[in-house]
This record gives sequence, structure tokens and C-alpha cells, in this order.
Amino acid sequence: MDLSFAPEYEAFRAEVRDFIASHRHLTPTTTDQRHESVLNWQRLLIQHGYAARTIPHEYGGAGQAPDILKSYIIGEEFAKARVNAGLGGQGISMLVPTLLEVGSEEQKRRFIAPTLLGQMIWCQGYSEPGAGSDLASVRTSAVLDGDEWVVNGQKIWTSSAHIADWIFCLVRTEPDAPKHRGISFLLFEMDTPGIDVRPLVDMTMTRNFNEVFFTDVRVPEHQIVGEPGDGWQVANTILKNERDSLADPNQAQARVNALIDLMRTSSVDGVRVIDKPEFRDRLMRLQGRVMANRYNDLRNLSNRLAHSSEGALARMIVKLQGTELRHEIEGFAVDVMGEIGLAYGANPYLKDHGSWQFNYMFFLGLIIGGGTSQIQKNIISERGLGMPREPRPQAA
Amino acid sequence: MEFGLSEEQRLLQNSVRSYLAEQVPLDRVRMFADDNEGRARDIEQGIAELGIPAILIDEDHGGIGLGAVDACLVAEALGYAVAPVAFTANAMMVPRALVLAGSNAQQREWLPKIAAGTQVVGAALAEWSGARDRAGVSATGGTLNGHSLFVLDFEADVYLVGDTSGNLHLVPSDARGLAHTSLETVDRTRPIGKLDFNNVGAERLPNCDEKVRQAVLDLGRVMLAADTLGAAQAMLDQAVDYAKQREQFGRVIASFQAVKHMCAEMAAELEPARAFAWYAAHALDELPEEAHLVACQFKAHLSEVGQFVAKTATEVHGGMGFTDLLGLHYWFKRIGFNRQMLGTPERLREEAAGAQGLIEV
Repeated sequence: MDLSFAPEYEAFRAEVRDFIASHRHLTPTTTDQRHESVLNWQRLLIQHGYAARTIPHEYGGAGQAPDILKSYIIGEEFAKARVNAGLGGQGISMLVPTLLEVGSEEQKRRFIAPTLLGQMIWCQGYSEPGAGSDLASVRTSAVLDGDEWVVNGQKIWTSSAHIADWIFCLVRTEPDAPKHRGISFLLFEMDTPGIDVRPLVDMTMTRNFNEVFFTDVRVPEHQIVGEPGDGWQVANTILKNERDSLADPNQAQARVNALIDLMRTSSVDGVRVIDKPEFRDRLMRLQGRVMANRYNDLRNLSNRLAHSSEGALARMIVKLQGTELRHEIEGFAVDVMGEIGLAYGANPYLKDHGSWQFNYMFFLGLIIGGGTSQIQKNIISERGLGMPREPRPQAA
Repeated sequence: MEFGLSEEQRLLQNSVRSYLAEQVPLDRVRMFADDNEGRARDIEQGIAELGIPAILIDEDHGGIGLGAVDACLVAEALGYAVAPVAFTANAMMVPRALVLAGSNAQQREWLPKIAAGTQVVGAALAEWSGARDRAGVSATGGTLNGHSLFVLDFEADVYLVGDTSGNLHLVPSDARGLAHTSLETVDRTRPIGKLDFNNVGAERLPNCDEKVRQAVLDLGRVMLAADTLGAAQAMLDQAVDYAKQREQFGRVIASFQAVKHMCAEMAAELEPARAFAWYAAHALDELPEEAHLVACQFKAHLSEVGQFVAKTATEVHGGMGFTDLLGLHYWFKRIGFNRQMLGTPERLREEAAGAQGLIEV
């Protein structure tokens, strides 16, 4: 048991802190992903190796050697300082690692750099009305006609489709092959004729999700990642990453600290909420759970560093625990404010930009998205505890 | 950065686990509970041979000088086996109190005996985590009066007694004026009781202060919570095994999502709890500025996780879980015992809030 970091890493941590302290005034305040301040901030982070850290220079990344501890320290310090850690989005978090792993050289050169710099925004065409938890049931079809794929079908829950330049999309190319074998992974531009994007307003009243309809959309044959029929494997190279990144316990810790500030500054009947024992008890309960998840994260980090297979279960529970916990933390903050916690949008009593009420709902979305809590429990019980799968229904 | 168990720690864990699995099966626990055995000399001797009571005591005093993380692994193994043997007071809190507050002479006299397993020392310290029904022991001029409830490792040769002014004393169990009353509780794997003091002569530990009191309590709390971790893990393992055997509607109940999800939820609570145990124990030895906060939060958290697992694992067993036949209730009750002793969750959360300056005085 050694929780200390070698001097090299302590020096690195100091460097990150210095950077944050001297540059935080440049942090973008807008949510517009194409705003100049957002793009400049992203460029600055890449220059310093705090974003796109391990992606090779030739593809527009910071070209640093992979170092799990340094990446961990960056995540921890940015979360602690509550400073924007750069662009996310499914292009950066999902497509780039996929291309690095299985993309052609031409695809890497064409797509990675502009994606990292925020100049090429992507959306992910995975889920369909009939393919949610059972994603391998996708029915959107692509048929080769000459040297073009012709795509027909519908996607749903497509985040950012209304602002995206490109889509990476799961399509069925071999309708007669077994379910997991007949899928391909295509890339195409969102202004291709035949694409219709309809917004799907979510409960936070944000227009982020969309339904996307494809009618005879023509895609050049070479815009496929991997071979035809390999799409399921291509998609699964990185699905695991998506699940865990939704549930960073350092973010949860930062939110608990913000919650303590909120409880010190909110009052009811002239008494600060922090001075009310029933609220303090709920705060402490949540803090205890955050601690458990942070130490679990340390254990996972340590096992990654040692390339150890120990703690397989400890890794499987991260998405389930992390998203459920965040939902409760944010919801508790709404309770702390009581009637004021209901404020939303243009209300003069709004606190912390309405982030508590927003996240309370937003994290319910994350509990459902990226593999629902119920799917997570299936994975934990089947792969972690060795319990049998539910038998398939007998065909009638 | 290395947050995990060392090779030696895994070996220690395995040797304690396999000793208990072989020598202290459920039948042995049942016999202890049914016969009101008080002290299981065979188990006492067995764990002394493994060095368990010596674990925290330094080599100069006949111990093996390991740390709190090692001790925590032992506590977890004891909980896993619902082992009916003295540990939290005798092997943990008492040696820590002697080292921090005892005189050299007291250390020389008692530590080797505890390490060798020839003497068991109980701890009358419950009142320091909330005195129930006006219990309490007062000390005047080397004489103790009053009573202490819920004495841990009650079947002992000597007691460590905490008085109302925060001092610690050693009292032999056959001291004049000391009356013992066993208190039956739901957890029959751990005898506890009441001590009445009527002008009992005592030997004070000279160097007790607030820091010592906190260190002794925190160590006991971490060990009880680690015991809960082990007991809860045992309940989950039994639930999963049972679900894989039991058939209903023509298939094993482990194939029903309703049952699988109950087990997954237990695992999802227990895995972070295990990392919490390592961290809390590590903090006791290495991170003095966080140790108290972490110990309070760890025990409070494990109280809740333990209660959830105890209920859920019992439900997975259906009607059989409710019976005495399977003996699952020994674990349920052990978890219940740990929850109430040395600080209930609400109290510990208040202490944790105080430890980080959230309570204005």
C-alpha cells in the first residue's frame, strides 16, 4: 500500500496546478461548441498536453507517451479546480480511439486532427427505435450500389446530430448473416442528401437528442471502418470506455464540495442548511458513498498500472454506481434549496447557473444511456458473479 | 502509487481464511452459540498459533508488528466466518491503548500475554461512543464506581475501562467489587455484558488524552466495519450459490433477472466497500490528518451497506433464509451487532461532519 506519487509525478501535478491557476481566466463560458473561445481553449490544452494527450502529433494530438498516472492527475486536478477539461463529445471520446485502433491510415489523417480541434463535430448513429439495450438488432440498411453504399433507416437518441458535420453509423450490410455479424461501421457527412434530422427535446428542455432519418443516402464505399460485417467488433473496441467516463468519482467529489458551499450559503428560517442536522446527515451519507467510489477508482487505477487482472468486479460496477450516485447528489442539492431548487431558466433566485436541477435530470439520462443500470446489473451478475443468462424465449 | 494488497497480505488473508473454513465451520459456531460457551478455547488457541492477537504488537513485546491493513484483512476473514472469538478489543483496541497511553511497565506486563494468547483483555469503552441509559464509570483516587454496558470481548481475564473523564484503567476480572453480568443479544457469536464497579481498585494508564481516545475508538470502528465487510461478502457468496442451485418454474432462480439484479446490487455496494476498508486501515497508520474522518465514514457506510446486503441476501434465499436451518441469520445478526457498537451510523456521521469543520460550536 503506497498512495504517494513519485517526485516526478508530484512535479507534474504542480505543473498542472500552475497551468490551471494562470490560464483559468481563458476558460470558455459558452456552451456553443463552435465558439472561438472554446476552440482556443481546446488548442491550448492540446499544446500543453492536457487534452488529446496520447494521440500522436501527426494526427493532431499532444503526442505524449501513454502514462496512466499523468492522465489521472490531469483529470483529478481539473475536476478539483472545477475547470473545463476541454472538448468532449462522441467524436473525441469514441470515434478517435476507434480510428486509432482500427481505422485506415487515410482515415486517421483525414479525421482525427480536425475532430480533436473541434472543427469537425460528430454524432453517433447507434441506437434505433427497435435497437436500444439490444443494440445488435440495428435494422438501418446499407446496400452497395456501384461504388456507393445506399443507406435507409432511422436512428434515435442521436446527440448533437443537429450540429454535427459527420456521423459514425452502425448499419446492416449483410441481412442474412447472424445478428452480430452483418453490421458495418460507416462514416458520412450530415449534409448528404436524404438525411432528415428532427430534434427530440429531453426532460431538461435541451435540444440535444435527435431522430435521424435516412432515405437513399449515398456514401462512398471507402468510408467504412474495418471490413463489411465487422461493425459490431469495431463499435465494441471502445464501448467500455464510454460507460466509465460517465461516472468519474473525482467529479462526484467536486460536486460534494460545491454542495457543502451551497449548504453554507443557503438558509431556511434564518438557519444555514449546513447547521440543520437532518441535512448534514444526508450530506455525510453521500460523502461516504463518494469516498467508497473514489477508493474503488484508486484500486482500479492501481490495477491498470500493474496490468493486473485483480478486481474485475470493481471495474464492472463503475458506471452503475457513479451515475446513480451523481443523480442523488444533484437531487439532494435541490432539496437543500427547497422551493428555490425548482428555479430553472430565467429565475432571479437561480443558484450555480441552475446546474443542480439540470444535472439531477441529466444524470437520470446517463443512468439510462450508455447501457442502462439494468443492463449493467446483467453484466455484473453474469460476468462478475457467474450467474446464468436469462433463457431465450422459445420460438413459437 | 500502489493501492492494493501485497503478496504477503494475500498470503495472510488466505491462511486465516483457510484455518477458519476448516476449523470453524458453521456447526462449530452453532455449538458455541447454543451452549453459551463464552470462550472457545480451541479457536482461541488456533488463532493465537496464527499470530492473530499478536498482529499489531511489536516484536519487542512478543508480537509480529504488522499494520492496520493486515489487521483489517483478519477482521474481514473473522466476519466472513462469523468466528466466535475475541478480537476487536483484545487484539486491537487494548494493545493500541497500551502502546499509546500505557507505561513501559504496563506494556511489558500485558502486551506479551495478549500476543501469546495466554490472557484475553476486554474493553469497557462503549460509553465513549454514546452512553446508553446513563451508564458510565467514574474514577476517584484510583477507585472506580458505576457501570459500563456492552463490554466487548466480555469473557476476559482483564478489562480496559474508560471512565467519564476520559481516562483508561486496567482491572482484573476477579477484582474485588467488580460484578459481571452477561447480556444476551441477537448476535450469539460475540459475548458481551455489563460490568458493575463498586469501589474497585484500578491501575490507570498514565498517558491518555483526546488523541489516544480517538485512535483507540477509530481502530475498533475500522475493525468492526471490516468484520461487516467480510460477513456481508459471505452472505452474498451464499446467496449466489443458493440461487444457482435452487430451481423454480423449471430453471435455477439465478437465471431470473429479479434475482440477478439483487445480487448485482450487493456486489456493486461491496466492491467499493472493500477499497474503502483498505483505505481506512491504511489511513490509521499513514494518514493521521484524515484517519478519524475516514474511520467514521467507513463504519457509517459499512453499517448501511451491511444492512442492505443482510436483508437482500436473506431474501434471495426465500423462506429458507428466514429459518435457523441454513444459519444465514448468524451473519445477519453479526452485521447488526457491528452497526450498533462503537458508534451508530448517525453518530459517526456527526463526528465526521465535525472532523471537517462543518459543525459550528
